[in-house]
Amino acid sequence: MPESSSKKIPVTVLTGYLGAGKTTLLNRILSENHGKKYAVIVNEFGEIGIDNDLIIGADEEVFEMNNGCVCCTVRGDLVRILDGLMKRKGKFDAIIVETTGLADPAPVAQTFFVDEDVQKHARLDAVVTVADAKWLNHRLKDAPEAKNQIAFADVIVLNKTDLVSRAELAEVEARIRAINPYAKLHRTERCQVALSDVLERGAFDLDRILELEPEFLDAGDGHDHGHDHHHDHSHSHGGLKHYHDEDMQSLSLRTDKPLDATKFMPWLQNLVASEGQKILRSKGILAFTDDDDRYVFQGVHMMLEGDHQRAWKEGEARESRLVFIGRELPEQIIRDGFESCITT
Amino acid sequence: MEEFDPGQNAASIVSVTDRVRPLAIGMPVTSVHFLGEIAAFVGAEENVALAGADGAISLAPVHGGGILCAACDGSRVLMGGDDGKLVALDRQGEVALLATDPKRRWIDNVALHPDGAFAWSAGKTAFVRGGKGEDKFFEVPSTVGGLAFAPKGLRLAIAHYNGVTLWFPNMAANAEVLEWAGSHLGVVFSPDNKFLVTSMHEPALHGWRLADTRHMRMTGYPGRVRSMSWSAGGKALATSGADTVILWPFGAKDGPMGKEPAMLAPLQARVSMVACHPKQDILAAGYSDGTVLMVRLNDGAEILVRKNGGAQVAALAWNAKGTKLAFAAEDGDAGLLAL
Repeated sequence: MPESSSKKIPVTVLTGYLGAGKTTLLNRILSENHGKKYAVIVNEFGEIGIDNDLIIGADEEVFEMNNGCVCCTVRGDLVRILDGLMKRKGKFDAIIVETTGLADPAPVAQTFFVDEDVQKHARLDAVVTVADAKWLNHRLKDAPEAKNQIAFADVIVLNKTDLVSRAELAEVEARIRAINPYAKLHRTERCQVALSDVLERGAFDLDRILELEPEFLDAGDGHDHGHDHHHDHSHSHGGLKHYHDEDMQSLSLRTDKPLDATKFMPWLQNLVASEGQKILRSKGILAFTDDDDRYVFQGVHMMLEGDHQRAWKEGEARESRLVFIGRELPEQIIRDGFESCITT
Repeated sequence: MEEFDPGQNAASIVSVTDRVRPLAIGMPVTSVHFLGEIAAFVGAEENVALAGADGAISLAPVHGGGILCAACDGSRVLMGGDDGKLVALDRQGEVALLATDPKRRWIDNVALHPDGAFAWSAGKTAFVRGGKGEDKFFEVPSTVGGLAFAPKGLRLAIAHYNGVTLWFPNMAANAEVLEWAGSHLGVVFSPDNKFLVTSMHEPALHGWRLADTRHMRMTGYPGRVRSMSWSAGGKALATSGADTVILWPFGAKDGPMGKEPAMLAPLQARVSMVACHPKQDILAAGYSDGTVLMVRLNDGAEILVRKNGGAQVAALAWNAKGTKLAFAAEDGDAGLLAL
């Protein structure tokens, strides 16, 4: 499966609550001199001030698949538009799908899991969420859509950081991390982010599900950590405040003992079948008993895809790691289920 | 055994591959239509390649972008594009601009009526232009997935999410809505006007008996049905989407209800295109591995027209008399067979 993925057109999903700066980022992507041509699927035609015959207006038409699963929703308009765009293959390098501010990113992502024609020609590259540093805290309280967009993101562009104090910025970042500790986070003013940080990320490429470490543990990220450490003694831990979001969490599981594939696979499938509405994203790197290959998987709600990726390297720790991001995750049930799949 | 040995395969059935006139269209092709004796290969974008009986090819520029849909009545091909234009190409190779969407929306679907009326859609709106040249339009609740004229009267079927709307453009009466959950992407009337069939986003067809709107579910496909074709006389509906041609029986008054479809011409490849002969009980089938077969409907006997090994077959058409078959693969490798 992965060998042909490089020939497929990468699709970046650009989300963000109303007013966060999606259009600013889009205009930058389209106007900067990067030598690439993007086809863009937008909701509001007029907002893009750039002449490009590959800007396509779309009505977000979400429909349920007839498979009895209420969260198996796809973007019908996207299926149609991608099909049409593929007739002009070679005229553009990548596709950007801008969602409305109130959109749930799941149907867009799921379109790439369920539609075989879409899968044949295009691949989901990453979900990029633009967030407003000044207002995100409020939106996380009153707009479930905003929380969804943060939870779903592979990349978060925390914009308008010039409008908040250092303390406010730390606060909003901690709120983001409480929901999604895994996304790459970039602080920006007027969406001034390197385009290589938002495009061509390969976040849905099974071959690149390598780092399941929380982003804030990365040594390379964030230069402010050390500085904050000295001033914020009461609630800080490694430089960041720790919050617990009441309804959206991430859950990480890990074991250095091999998993029993005959137990793990049915368990995972049952888990997403029964709890898939709550699980927004899932990812994992797995070490199975008597299997010299790493197995990797990812999922969106109830949809899963997985494959043997490569042989475990000499000296590499054969460790299984799983990450779930979701709403009201039944943590103990998931932990117990996972434990029961460990080979004893 | 991993796959058939093509040599053996070719030897075991009658082959007419040596009678095919190969054509190099030189661009990706999405459909083919006969304008009289000229085969019009519609490109994925911008051009139509016109191939005469002598095999000479000329290009007709029709759109300033992708060509999204095409329909043909034998005297002209109508096409809609992502340039927001609806154009017609006639037997002389002349191109006429029929309509331009004021917002430059994509023209997603087009249909032709035997009396010369035609329909097209952009977004949620279906348009009809009758003989008098006056445009009428009808808006459905979601993006139009397919259009088809009924064989009798000026009645248009508009497929969309959760069903099909049947609209009489010349009557004030309310449009009738046939409901079925899901996304309906293609639509055809049976030639006797008794049944309506849609191809859905999921691998299934849905049908209605028009007299009482009774439902017919036609499922079991491994892939989405992209191509449907009525056999001569409308006794059966041939479809793509499986590793055999699936042929639903429509001869009885209940159509395929409670019946099994016939499964013809199995290969280790997916059927991508079907085209029934206009007069005889024969069809042509194209496959994902590039194979083209002619298949007799009553006993499934096969004749090889094109060997496997090429790109997926994307276009198939018979001329009106049924004496010529044109085909093309996605990559523009094409051929003409005179019978």
